[in-house]
Amino acid sequence: MLAQILAVTIFIAMFVLIITEVVERHIITLAAGALTLLLVFGLGMQSMDAVWSTLNLHPMITLDFWYAAGEAHEEATGINWATIIFIAGMMIMVEGMAHVGFFRWLCMRIAKMVNYKVIPIFMTFMVLSFILAMFIDSITVILFLAAVTIELSQLLKFNPVSMILAEVFCANLGGSATMCGDPPNIIIGTSLGYSFADFILNTGLIALVALVFVLVYFYLVCRKELSTTVGKAQDPSTFPKPEDAITSKSGFAASTIIFFVAIILLVTHAQTGLTVAFIGVAVAIATLIVSGKAALTILKKVDYKTLLFFIGLFVVVGGLEETGILKIFAGYIGDVCGGNIHLMVAIILWVSAIASAFVDNIPFAATMIPVIKNLAITQGVNLDILSWTLAIGTDIGGSATPIGASANVVGIATAAKEGHIIKWGKYCKLMVPATIIVLGIATVMLFARYL
Amino acid sequence: MSQLIISIGRECGSGGHEIAQKLSEIYNIPLYDRNILKEISDEKNLDHESLAKYDEVKKKSIFARRVRGLNNCPAHNVAQLQFEFLRKKANAGESFVVVGRCAETILKGHAALVSVFVLGDRDAKVKRVMEYLNNSWDEAAEIVDSKDEARKQYHNSHCNTKWGDSRNYDLSINSSRLGIPKTLDFIVDYINTRKS
Repeated sequence: MLAQILAVTIFIAMFVLIITEVVERHIITLAAGALTLLLVFGLGMQSMDAVWSTLNLHPMITLDFWYAAGEAHEEATGINWATIIFIAGMMIMVEGMAHVGFFRWLCMRIAKMVNYKVIPIFMTFMVLSFILAMFIDSITVILFLAAVTIELSQLLKFNPVSMILAEVFCANLGGSATMCGDPPNIIIGTSLGYSFADFILNTGLIALVALVFVLVYFYLVCRKELSTTVGKAQDPSTFPKPEDAITSKSGFAASTIIFFVAIILLVTHAQTGLTVAFIGVAVAIATLIVSGKAALTILKKVDYKTLLFFIGLFVVVGGLEETGILKIFAGYIGDVCGGNIHLMVAIILWVSAIASAFVDNIPFAATMIPVIKNLAITQGVNLDILSWTLAIGTDIGGSATPIGASANVVGIATAAKEGHIIKWGKYCKLMVPATIIVLGIATVMLFARYL
Repeated sequence: MSQLIISIGRECGSGGHEIAQKLSEIYNIPLYDRNILKEISDEKNLDHESLAKYDEVKKKSIFARRVRGLNNCPAHNVAQLQFEFLRKKANAGESFVVVGRCAETILKGHAALVSVFVLGDRDAKVKRVMEYLNNSWDEAAEIVDSKDEARKQYHNSHCNTKWGDSRNYDLSINSSRLGIPKTLDFIVDYINTRKS
C-alpha cells in the first residue's frame, strides 16, 4: 500500500511539474525516476528485483534485442531501451540530413515545382509535412517547413500563419501513420511487438483517409486568407535556388541514401528480423561515418534532454506498473465500460485525445500501454484494437492546442520569430475543428473495421 | 568609447523615463522604449497592436510549453523580438538609450553599455504619478504598486537576474534624494567619466 501511494504521488507530482515547467522536463522525470527507485522500490516494496526489472538493462546484451527472429519482441516493463536507442539513432540521421541542407532543398524544390504559387505551395507543403513526419520527428519537419514557409511568405507577400498551422497539423497526422512517426507509436510498437507494416496497415490507413478530409478542410478555411497578398510579390526568378541549400553534394547524396535505406529497413524489419534498436544504431553509425569532420557537430545537436526525459519517465511508469496501480486503473475502465467494447474504444480514443491536447502525449501513452494490456487480458478485448485506438488518440489529440505536441510549439515559435504571434484562440479556432474531424473519422473507421 | 548604450531600469514614478528622454537628447542618440515594437512591426509589415499588447508582459509557464529552447507563450516571443532588436542594434555599433526591456541583462558584457536603475521613495513616486495623471493619492498609489509589481514579474520571468538588484546595474540611484534634474546631472557625470 505504501509503495502504491508513493508511486502515485511521484507520478502526479511529476505530471504537475511537467505541465508547469518549473524546471526542464528531463530533470523532472529523472528526479521522479530516482525517487521511484529509492522510495517505491526501496522503501515501499524493498525489492531489488523490481529495480532491475524497471532498469531493464539485461535485454540489451541478448541477441533478441538487436535481431528478433520470428515473433520475439522486447517485453515492456520499465525503461524501453529500444525506443531510446532508435530515437537517438534517428536524431543523428536527421541532424546529418539537416547539416547538408536536405530539408531546405526539398522544401524549396517543391515550391519551385509549383511555380511559387501560394495555394499549390500550401497544399503540397501539407502533404510533404505528412510524408516526412511518417519517418522523421515532427519537430525537425516543422523547423524546416515553417522556416521556408516564412521565407516564401516574405517573397510572395502572404500571411504564413495558417499555412504553418496546417503543416503542424499534417506533421502530427503523418506521425500517427507509422511506427516511427511519433514517440507514442514507437513506444507502443516496441512495447507490444508491432511491426512497421502493422502500423501502416492500421493507423496508417486511418491517417491517410483523414489526410484527404484535412486537406479539404484547410483549403476551404484558409484559401481566402492565403489568396490575400500584402504588397507586391517579388519576381520568382530572384528567389533562392533550391540547389543553394545544399552545403555538400557528396554529403547530400550519402544522407539521402542513408534516409532511404533507413526507410527500407523500417518497412521490412518484420521480415528481416532487424529490430528498431539495430536500425537506430546502424543509421547513426552510417551518418557519423559519412559526416567525417562534421560528426562531432552533429552529435552535439542531438537532443539528449529528450532521451533523458524518456529514461526518467519509463522508470516512473515502471513504478506504477510494478505496484499494480495500472492494473487497478485498467479494472476501473473495464467497470465503467461494463464489457461494451464500443464504449471502451470510444473512451480510450477521446480521453487519450483530450488528455494529449493538454499534457505531453509521451508520458500519457507510456502510462496507458500497461493499462490497455491489462484491459485486453481482463476484458477479453483484442489488444490490437486498443493499441491502434491509443496511438491515434494520443497522436491526433496533441494537435488541438498550442501545447499538445512539440511540433505545435516549434511552429508557433518559428512564426513568432518573424513577429507573427499565434495566441491560443487563433490556434484553437483553426486546429480544434480539424482535430475533431480526424477523431470522428478515426472513430467511424475503428468501429467499422474492427468491431 | 565612441558607441554609447544606456539602459535605464526604473520604478514607476521615479522619473526614469524622463531621465532616459533627457539622456537621449543630451547625447543625441535614439530612445527605445515601447517604440521598439513599432519599429519591428513597420519593418516586418505587421499589425502593431497584436505585438503591443504583450509589451513588458510576464512570461507564463501555465498554458505554455518549451521545446528545444522554443516557446509558444506570446509574451515570451514578443520579448525575444525586442531582445533580438536590441542585440542587433548593439552589435551593429549603434548608440541608443533603452528604457526597461531587461536591457541591462540582455546587453550585459557589451563594452558600450552603461546600465542604470532609477528608484524612488514610495511617497515621492505616488506624488509624481498623482500630479502627472491628475488623480487621487489612492489611485496613484495603486498604479505605482501594480506597475512596479508587473515590471518585476516581467523582468524576473524573462531573465535569471532580479529586477532592481543593484548588483545587475552599474549605477542604482534614488531620484527622490536629489530630484530628477540633479539625478540626471549625476548620471551624465558618471557617463562622461566612463566615456573619458
